[in-house]
Amino acid sequence: MTAVTLSGLVAGLAGRKYSSVELTREALRRAEAAQPALNALVTLTAEHALEAAAVADKRLAAGDAGVLTGVPLVHKDIFCTAGVLTTCGSRMLSNFVAPYDATIVRRLKDAGMVMIGKANMDEFAMGSSNETSWYGPVKNPWDVTRVPGGSSGGSAAAVAARLAPLATATDTGGSIRQPAALCGVTGFKPTYGRVSRYGMIAFASSLDQAGVITVSAEDAALTLQAMAGFDPRDSTSVDVPVPDYSATLDAPLAGLKVGILKEFFGEGLSPEVEAPVREALATFTRLGAVVREISLPSLPLSVPTYYVVAPAECSSNLARFDGVRFGHRCENPKDLRDLYMRSRAEGFGAEVKRRIMTGTYVLSAGYYDAYYIKAQKVRALINSDFQRAFGEVDLLLAPTSPTAAFRLGDKTADPITMYLNDIYTIGANLAGLPAISIPCGFAGGLPVGVQLIGPHFGEAKILNAAHRFQKETDWHLRAPSGYTAGFA
Amino acid sequence: MSLSSRQIESIAALARLELKPEEIPVYADSLSRILDMVGQLEKADTGTLAPMAHPLEGQVQRLRADEITSPDQRDLNQRNAPQVEAGLYLVPRVIE
Repeated sequence: MTAVTLSGLVAGLAGRKYSSVELTREALRRAEAAQPALNALVTLTAEHALEAAAVADKRLAAGDAGVLTGVPLVHKDIFCTAGVLTTCGSRMLSNFVAPYDATIVRRLKDAGMVMIGKANMDEFAMGSSNETSWYGPVKNPWDVTRVPGGSSGGSAAAVAARLAPLATATDTGGSIRQPAALCGVTGFKPTYGRVSRYGMIAFASSLDQAGVITVSAEDAALTLQAMAGFDPRDSTSVDVPVPDYSATLDAPLAGLKVGILKEFFGEGLSPEVEAPVREALATFTRLGAVVREISLPSLPLSVPTYYVVAPAECSSNLARFDGVRFGHRCENPKDLRDLYMRSRAEGFGAEVKRRIMTGTYVLSAGYYDAYYIKAQKVRALINSDFQRAFGEVDLLLAPTSPTAAFRLGDKTADPITMYLNDIYTIGANLAGLPAISIPCGFAGGLPVGVQLIGPHFGEAKILNAAHRFQKETDWHLRAPSGYTAGFA
Repeated sequence: MSLSSRQIESIAALARLELKPEEIPVYADSLSRILDMVGQLEKADTGTLAPMAHPLEGQVQRLRADEITSPDQRDLNQRNAPQVEAGLYLVPRVIE
């Protein structure tokens, strides 16, 4: 039987149906073949991959393998990978070879997973369509005239095209969930602080969280298990025990209280997207969930709040790129100020500059209280709305994105139009909540995702609900035409 | 809210970004519209709510003992530097 998920590959490797080297060769072949059409990867790490696969095969033969040993994966190019180019989708880091591994890279490497390449992404994770990458846009495998979403567009496209069963990703305002929805795959953002940010190039430190893009929720549970947990190297990493996510995947959903977010089913939601999301709600009801409408009146303010908080933190974090210690440096600087000004002007793209300048403005003298402090207070308001909701329900359900994948170039002229793509995802980042997007149908032949948001550290419940849904449906198993559904 | 070219130049200088003359009106337009959108926040009744800087309530920044925990990796780290000499990062002369 063909393995159509990561969990399937794990079973195949354990049963010696194929070796890690064979799987890795196949993944590399697919990645190379898909690259001209999709541009999903920035770097293919064939040599590294085959070495790691050979080691994995030895571990498997010696009975010294972990669950994930030998399975290929792609890392978003925001994660530092020792000895491998780590660009963050930017010209600024187009020559940067990371001197160390990010904690999650290290953990997955220790688990025996095999990196086949680094995924393309919006520059410094700033974008919702993967069109801001210095390495060019990623194309959606379902329709190459359309965007894959962003910022983890390369990660989502890589899993959708079945190049690898796992791509790591990051989510600051929806950057895991929105591309997962637009590419028809599962995207999971854990609670803020659940997964280490060490070695993950910072965009907005109070919002950034690492997670996974996989075919299924079961795969997300397996891989999150290996990534999550306390890391002394990340000062915001949370020292809370990691439960066994796989153990509770099959728990029945009878009596599960699901709130549907009233504010997210109104104006702006495409009727073509609303229909499959409502259908997903009906599936949860059939599975025993008790559904009620929940109103979070402050939620419509999440986009404006985010576009103060995130640029403010970005302007601070990206101050480190100065052309002195690493990254792009301009030719013939006439003095130090000229070196800074031109290195940054040449190294950053237009959207990154826009956000740095927005952040600089809202933090500047005279505007700090009116914008930054005010936004932080509204953030508290949004957070308290969510906390109140979780006093009444177990999970919240919402669409992931207002539309299916849009055409390349459609939204690049107006930043505000682009920002509004994340209207349903940003709330979870502001409140630090875990959330998943799972495929729930199609709109005009393009995938649609439904989002489940849980309370802090509610990962197990989210994965349980998503897994039960995926046992009832097969949307997550559909691969775009031209790509085989199986990995091996 | 409408930012002037002068304001954009001043923000860009603070952010250490050199702008080409033709970029200034483009950023004046888009930043003005972003600030208009952000202006909705004014209407929100935030009463006595404390500003929220961090999503997990009560979490405090941990401190660690001031001890050496990793080896000296200067050479490795300097491989990414645009210009180094004798273990030092080179920049244009600052003091005449």
